[in-house]
Amino acid sequence: MKNTFSSELSQKVASMLESGEVQLVIGYEEGTKRPRPCFISDAADAGKLIFDERCTGNLTVYLTKKELIGDSKVVVTASYFALRSILRLLTENQVNLEKLVVLTVSAEGHLIQFETTDDIAAFIKSAPVPAREDDQVLMQKLEAMSREERWEFWSEELSKCFKCYACRAACPMCYCTKCVVEENRPQWIQPWASTLANIEWHINRAMHMTGRCSDCGACGSACPLGLPVHLLSKKITEEVETSFGMNLNDTLQGGNALSTFKPEDKETFIK
Amino acid sequence: MENTQLVETPHTHTHQDNIYLPYLMTIDKVTQEAPGVKTFRLKFQDEAEAERFDFKAGQFGEYSAFGEGESTFCIASSPTRKGYIECTFREAGKVTSSLAKLEEGDTMGFRGPYGNTFPLDQWKGKNLLFIAGGIALPPMRCVIWNALDTRENFKDVSILYGARSVNDLVYKHELEEWHDREDVNLVTTVDPGGETPDWKGEVGFVPSILEKMNPSSENTIAIVCGPPVMIKFTFPVLYKLGFTPDNIYTTLENRMKCGVGKCGHCYVGKVCICKDGPVFTGAELEKMPAEY
Amino acid sequence: MEKRFISQPSLVRWLDKLNSEGKHIYAPVKKGGERVDFGRISSVDQVSFDHVQTTQSAKSVAFPRTEVLFSYQKEKGKVQLDNFDPEKMPSTVVFGLHPCDAAAFNPLTAIFSWNSRDELYDARLERTFIVTFSCTKADESCFCTSVNGGPGNTTGSDIQLTPVKEGFLVEILTEKGIALVKANEDCFEADRGEVKEDYLAKLPLKFDVKAVQERLNTAFDSPIWKKQSQRCLGCGACAFVCPTCACFDIQEDAHGAKGKRLRCWDSCGFALFTLHTSGHNPREVQAQRWRQRLLHKFSYMPERLSVRGCTGCGRCSRACPVDMNISEHLGSI
Repeated sequence: MKNTFSSELSQKVASMLESGEVQLVIGYEEGTKRPRPCFISDAADAGKLIFDERCTGNLTVYLTKKELIGDSKVVVTASYFALRSILRLLTENQVNLEKLVVLTVSAEGHLIQFETTDDIAAFIKSAPVPAREDDQVLMQKLEAMSREERWEFWSEELSKCFKCYACRAACPMCYCTKCVVEENRPQWIQPWASTLANIEWHINRAMHMTGRCSDCGACGSACPLGLPVHLLSKKITEEVETSFGMNLNDTLQGGNALSTFKPEDKETFIK
Repeated sequence: MENTQLVETPHTHTHQDNIYLPYLMTIDKVTQEAPGVKTFRLKFQDEAEAERFDFKAGQFGEYSAFGEGESTFCIASSPTRKGYIECTFREAGKVTSSLAKLEEGDTMGFRGPYGNTFPLDQWKGKNLLFIAGGIALPPMRCVIWNALDTRENFKDVSILYGARSVNDLVYKHELEEWHDREDVNLVTTVDPGGETPDWKGEVGFVPSILEKMNPSSENTIAIVCGPPVMIKFTFPVLYKLGFTPDNIYTTLENRMKCGVGKCGHCYVGKVCICKDGPVFTGAELEKMPAEY
Repeated sequence: MEKRFISQPSLVRWLDKLNSEGKHIYAPVKKGGERVDFGRISSVDQVSFDHVQTTQSAKSVAFPRTEVLFSYQKEKGKVQLDNFDPEKMPSTVVFGLHPCDAAAFNPLTAIFSWNSRDELYDARLERTFIVTFSCTKADESCFCTSVNGGPGNTTGSDIQLTPVKEGFLVEILTEKGIALVKANEDCFEADRGEVKEDYLAKLPLKFDVKAVQERLNTAFDSPIWKKQSQRCLGCGACAFVCPTCACFDIQEDAHGAKGKRLRCWDSCGFALFTLHTSGHNPREVQAQRWRQRLLHKFSYMPERLSVRGCTGCGRCSRACPVDMNISEHLGSI
């Protein structure tokens, strides 16, 4: 059964599509086992839209796909983490709010349409961060390990990776048209699957995510082998916050942690 | 099944059959054809393999730069010239750039010959019209020399060759040779702006020069090699000149890895280019989706 | 085909013996959470019997995710090649895979044998014994019955075990199967006359594969590909867990003067799979790549190799991060 919020959402986007205000809606529909992304360009299909607590996949990954979006003005239904991704994509000039309608649901179950970047930033600052208990348990376990034990844990986990790149494909921040692993002059990362080659890939990816990751966990959820690769960027994100004072919700002010210099930074090599 | 590590194949010195194992070749001669374009003349290091080796016009191979990988090119020399094979390539990627650094006397690898061939036997008694653009002359050079070395089998032989600029024309000496031959009608052209003050050939794109040449389609086979965009614009001109799809041949060069119909890279619809091709008639091309 | 019976304790004994003969035994083992995947075992107690499907297929036994095609050494412009030695490959038993995985070696072999033999694949498969477990349960992603398979299908199995009362019904299907039993006769008892079908999962048809294939043969220009592929992220998860996907890349692992040429898994779903050096990409958009994947499996392979590139294991649907449910998509074409 659809909840009342989903009905409200369906009506809203149906009228936006009908009036021609937008041409495409990226939302969720019921899937085989859980909600899945859907793309609606006809108001008559708006009825299948749902948006509830099961809708955790990060839809912003589609916002940078030119072949899907074209010149359309797009509606996206954004979960908490997706809103963070949108902020980050705005910072990196990958999306344009003039071509984008961002909708979400408030804690009270109201439909919210954001007008400005500041509205999105204010919302995610005030909204509670959705808890992911399994991650917290594993993080605590990892933090309690010695450095050697952690190395062993990650070597073992990452050795299983077969490089299907679902982690990269599901990540809203992985929008490069040619990924560093596909660059072969020079070959920065060995592109085949083996323990060393896999560690190279995942460390490189985590470093690339440093200060950019929204902590949505999409990479880890996408992994068909269930490798907790999202924890690598999660931990780095925490480090960035401690070391550079950059908070995920302040990314608009922050820039990219590893490529942004501030006069008060303690490193002097750049001066 | 051991998923946690790279699966090692234990090595031995006894030679087993392995389709991925290249022949070792010595680079006998290097010719700089154009900026970034070289021709290698290759000889088999193993004499027995050299003796066994045989190929036909249109076939291709996988060329190895040990340390970098493999790249796919046609065999650019004619099967009528025995004792060696030649390949012509442009420095474009990792493997070709590495190959370009090799010198005469060095070793490289070759797997082949793969794919089907131009049916020269069926063309006996016909006129041949060769149309090539840029770096696509090499696959055609193999057929041209094959035809010229068995010249008595064919009637008129015409060659239309175009490149971006005079400097980019490959096989410059051979172009001169064909130009000087009484039994070959050679037309060369460069893209507008690519001409030099002393350029005596045509200026213009291949399809429009072809239209100007106005060759007869009567009893004539057209062989077209070029980038996808040139093929796209040349075919309609040929049709206008009265060529039927059955009398037009081309060779496709999709991305390939294995060269032997297994790796899946070169499929165009259900057609596996490395196994079913690379040589196709216009009629066959029309039946394929435009994914080449 | 001969039928026998093996009790649970004898099964343990049989596997112990195979193990002590030096055979590498791979079987489904629990990997944490609900995940079950193939791993090398030394004893039957490590084997998971109650799962529906392992995360990965068994294809890597003959087509590893990364394998060395040959190695080389360079010295002063000369090169020395070292070929593989099939005699040094381990003899392997894959134990407890399901019929859909065993059946998948058929299309896989068809791909690797097309045009020319692939000696590495052949050598690995030749040294592999396939001991399947028929399926007593299925989930919503399974659709083997829709592609001419079934929970008790014996295609590709050397031996098939079906869990019955107090043990297993043993079907000995090939010469290899006979060899596995013969060396350990004392583990096996006479057939108890159990009816296999009584123990198998019931799996209703999800689509009519003949009709699907006919529609696919003329569907190349259909707008359905664009519609279906919209949510596809273009990762290789479906291809990598697929028991019949065989697309591969060839890479070079070079270390100074020494190196290895490697074959590793690739996927037609990747954007750069068909990219030419010139920058031209014949399959530019995901709709084209999704179409290639489906048509290759359900139209091109049947036409050209006389075998379908799908055995209904459902892994692609389970592994897909965005629920590209293949039986649903096939049904809606």
